[in-house]
Amino acid sequence: MLNVVKAELRKLRRPTLFFGTMGAAIFFTGLITSFIYLMIDSPQGNGDRGRSISREVLTLASGSVNGFASVGGFLGIIALCVFAAQTAQEYTYGTLRNLLIRQPGRMKILIGKLISMVLFGLVMISIAAVISIAISYILAPGANVSTDLWFTSAGLEAIFTTFVNVTISVVAFGIVGMVLGLLLRSPISAISFGVLWILIIEVLLMAVKNSLQSWLPGAQLSAIASGGSPDLTYTHALTVGGIYVAVGAIVASVLFVRRDVAN
Amino acid sequence: MPNTAISVSDLSKKYDDRLAVSHINFEVPLGIVCGFVGPNGSGKTTTMRMLLGLITPTTGQGHILGEPIEHPEKYLSRVGAMIEGPAFYPALSGYENLMVLAVQQLLDKVGLGDRGKSKFKTYSLGMKQRLGIAAALLPDPKLLMLDEPTNGLDPEGIQEVRALLRDLANEGTTVFVSSHLLSELEIISDYIVMLRKGEIVFAGPIGELMAQQQPTIIAKSLQHSDLQKIVEIAEAAGHHAVIRNDSVHVLAEMDWAPVLNKAAFDAGITLAQLAPQLPNLEETFFEMTGDK
Repeated sequence: MLNVVKAELRKLRRPTLFFGTMGAAIFFTGLITSFIYLMIDSPQGNGDRGRSISREVLTLASGSVNGFASVGGFLGIIALCVFAAQTAQEYTYGTLRNLLIRQPGRMKILIGKLISMVLFGLVMISIAAVISIAISYILAPGANVSTDLWFTSAGLEAIFTTFVNVTISVVAFGIVGMVLGLLLRSPISAISFGVLWILIIEVLLMAVKNSLQSWLPGAQLSAIASGGSPDLTYTHALTVGGIYVAVGAIVASVLFVRRDVAN
Repeated sequence: MPNTAISVSDLSKKYDDRLAVSHINFEVPLGIVCGFVGPNGSGKTTTMRMLLGLITPTTGQGHILGEPIEHPEKYLSRVGAMIEGPAFYPALSGYENLMVLAVQQLLDKVGLGDRGKSKFKTYSLGMKQRLGIAAALLPDPKLLMLDEPTNGLDPEGIQEVRALLRDLANEGTTVFVSSHLLSELEIISDYIVMLRKGEIVFAGPIGELMAQQQPTIIAKSLQHSDLQKIVEIAEAAGHHAVIRNDSVHVLAEMDWAPVLNKAAFDAGITLAQLAPQLPNLEETFFEMTGDK
């Protein structure tokens, strides 16, 4: 399995993919974090879907990671795309048969790929965390937000908790990407379906009926990153999101292990 | 230690209503080059996929190096393979695609030493094919399975691959190589497995196959109109004869050629050419399968 992890990491660290992904993560992190401070007095709100994040909230010990938690959903979508592409391209390039001839244990291949992509995701999350906290620290004085509590023990605990939550969310989004990659066996189809569902279909469904928010997979995984939202508790999101991911992973794994590799 | 590299019994693969491989049986001894021949769509690649554990047989059993094909993990570490062309990551270099120690020697071995650092997508078809062969050699295999390895190679490359496969067999590696180009395999194979429409036509030593075939005498006359008369002379003597292009092909032993020559002379026919010819693998295949 170690060979599968090393082989996958070799693919993930190629410059176009690595710097492209990290660039996208840095861009979204910078953009969303900056909005929170630069639009703090805007009547349109400074948070997700027009919500307002007040000075009082940002002054709390957990204030440093508000931006980072808000960007968690976007990092998840990036992970979904990367995991889906890395999985599905094995079918389109025909390289899966090479992998299976070298490593006939199909579950080992799947787990090895997941481990390496999670490592890649951790690098992306770490970079996003550093960028977001740094931007928050730089912009806070201009927005009249006190940073006194941010690096106390409670503040550091909040950073750790948010990091864990964002990681769970990003890995879960990534697994959804892998599942789509395995089921659809085409990077374009897997990414299109995943992104379309999360960014458009779920938003439309929630606009039609807000209570659906409690049951849609993308909403659950985004809520995990934020540590829960006013409409969705953390425990509920973790439970429902976990069920979606577990069922998807089991179905895709069984298919992957049993399906003929004929391309 | 098993004495066969590959052993297959009643192996079939059915896709919906189509039987891609139909209850085939054959064995491939260790340490030889075995040609796996048949036209496109005859089931060669499907059979190889089953032998490598990539697809599940519908019926039958198979053993590779003594291990059942239901457990590819027991034998694949000793098998190198390239199935249906080389498949690599286009954005990685050939060197990165191989990713192991002793890569450079392998790249040199297949003539890619100076292009190892170039991206795979920049390779020509022949270079991709060479990299595929290099990847198949990575595990230092006891059994090497190659599917159409000379596709896209220039004549020089084809000769190099032939020599490489022969060398590997001489070093004790069993080589199981498929091709729809029968003439290609005739040169290097010790053993032949012939497949047509999913069924085995012949499996055994190539010498045994060729020995079963009747030699042909090819006769050409100065006048094209005399060809039919030559056919009649041959058939009167009890030999099967047909006109192909501008010559008559007579199924007869070589020592009947002087008899034909005299009979033609007596009939007033001047022969422009009279040559005995042993059938090649391609002709043998067509004769055995009744195909043109």
